[in-house]
Amino acid sequence: MTHVSIKELTKVYPGSRVPSLDRLSLEIPSGELTALLGPSGCGKTTTMKMIAGLLEPTSGDVTFDGRSVLRDKPEDRGVVMVFQNYLLFPYMSVADNVGFGLKMRKIDPAEIKRRVGEMLDLVKLPDLGDRKPSALSGGQQQRVALARALIVQPNVLLLDEPLSNLDAHLRFEMRDLIRSLQQEMGITTIFVTHDQEEAVVLADRVALILDGQMKQYDRADVFYKRPVDEATARFFGGHNFIPGTSDGETFDCALGRVALPEGAALGRGKLTFRPENVRIGASTNGENTLQATIVDVIYLGTQTRLKLRVGETEVEAVVNPNEIESYRAGDELTIHMPKSTLWVI
Amino acid sequence: MRSFRVLTGAVLITWLVLPLIPLAIWSFARGWFYPDLLPKTWTLRAWDYAMSDTAGVLDSLWLTIWISVAATVLSILVGVPAGRALGMYKFRGKEIVELMILAPTIVPGIAVVLGIHSVFISLGLNNTVSGVILVHLIPTLPYMVLVMSGIFANYDPAYEAQARSLGASPLKTFWYVTLPAIRPGIIVGGLFAFLVSWSQYILTLLIGGGRVETLPLLLFNFATAGRNDITGAIGMIYILPGILILLLTAKHLSGRSGAVGGFGQI
Repeated sequence: MTHVSIKELTKVYPGSRVPSLDRLSLEIPSGELTALLGPSGCGKTTTMKMIAGLLEPTSGDVTFDGRSVLRDKPEDRGVVMVFQNYLLFPYMSVADNVGFGLKMRKIDPAEIKRRVGEMLDLVKLPDLGDRKPSALSGGQQQRVALARALIVQPNVLLLDEPLSNLDAHLRFEMRDLIRSLQQEMGITTIFVTHDQEEAVVLADRVALILDGQMKQYDRADVFYKRPVDEATARFFGGHNFIPGTSDGETFDCALGRVALPEGAALGRGKLTFRPENVRIGASTNGENTLQATIVDVIYLGTQTRLKLRVGETEVEAVVNPNEIESYRAGDELTIHMPKSTLWVI
Repeated sequence: MRSFRVLTGAVLITWLVLPLIPLAIWSFARGWFYPDLLPKTWTLRAWDYAMSDTAGVLDSLWLTIWISVAATVLSILVGVPAGRALGMYKFRGKEIVELMILAPTIVPGIAVVLGIHSVFISLGLNNTVSGVILVHLIPTLPYMVLVMSGIFANYDPAYEAQARSLGASPLKTFWYVTLPAIRPGIIVGGLFAFLVSWSQYILTLLIGGGRVETLPLLLFNFATAGRNDITGAIGMIYILPGILILLLTAKHLSGRSGAVGGFGQI
């Protein structure tokens, strides 16, 4: 169990003026599964490599349980990183790959054999020890890579895009495997991903990094309900941003005067609400009920999106795809937004 | 495709094997004169002489093996890191460094060896085996570096980071991860280096000052003395290591082996 703390971590690559990572601070509680989320090139992998000791930070600090580890060599940090492309050693069998970390720790070969067997059982690959990595499928390779990392019982486990190379059905299997092993062993785990769905599905908490800076660090659901700014909301698929002025209780904008939940920001800002929280029909007390015209109906398989015109502005809503016949461009529609689903940024 | 292979084989045999046949015959002949197709009398005299202590062939053989092995090992020690730098990194003046390393394959050794000679005299390296080994590095290194930079250009150093992260020290990382990936390149580059060193004449003659008498020097003495029979026998001994090495490493020389790829192609 290790509490990982990142303090003002900055990386400027030689020959570059713009920092790839700009003063990132993050507290990762012991035993938690945290996602570093951000678009490609936002500094996530850079952060991981600095935690693993594979890259030297320009400034800032990384501490494990309060002790700085920057001077520790990568092999002494108790951190194992699992790379996105698994990097199984091609000249070794699966069993030798899994046992590699123990061999480096000079564990007795019989003991290595026993623990490799246990570990392969745990990742559900009991009979593949003698194969070469090239004879495995992508999902199997990933499980070998995970087994190879977990067998050394690291204090901190780092995963680089753990689900992104897998098919849809393998993703959930792998997600469950990673979560159950991580919970069982209580390893503080950090993974990076550019896919908000992957982050939400796997992590206890998500740190969103945009342009080398941390935007928000919260439980996954908060990013949907209470994003800190428009970029954050957009990254999580937010769509409706309507400028106006808040007095703390109501928001005055193109939609009219809309009731706000408690704790909403004051002054000029943007009203945001998720398309899936727009309800069809009037609310029971008539609050936040609006008249809209359908501009376009977009069928997406698992959902149907409606582009609506409300007064001078446009609003997007999501409805049940089974009811697609009931919506046609040009129709009039009554909608409402429950005030708890609104937020001002 | 098949007929192409047969043709290739025939050409290779004509070029590589046929010239050796008269050499082999000469080593067993007691005189062999025009217009005889084969010698009239056969004898082992030349071989007897070549194997005797007075001829110095065996001493020369061991010396040549020692010089070539040493030059090969040194080439590997220098060529692997140099190949890594050239294959994996971009740096200022890289083209110039590459040109300097490749220069010995373009510039004839005799053009530079006189300058080297005077430097070696001031260093006390002329007429010594060490001096000869060092000067052999000039023609052997380009091959070693060229092969290794090709290997490293296709090599993914992330495997090393992965090994470190799993608890391997830098030395163990090299031993268990880097070395298996670059081994085919070391074998092929080492083979080139050995054979290039093995066949050096001018550099050995000038730096060794005639006191370091390797097989090519000995061979040349007998050849210029008109002793075709002894030349034939020594010639046979001289080509043996090359053929042996070629047979032992043949599988690494095929296009499909890792020698041209390293981790990147697997």
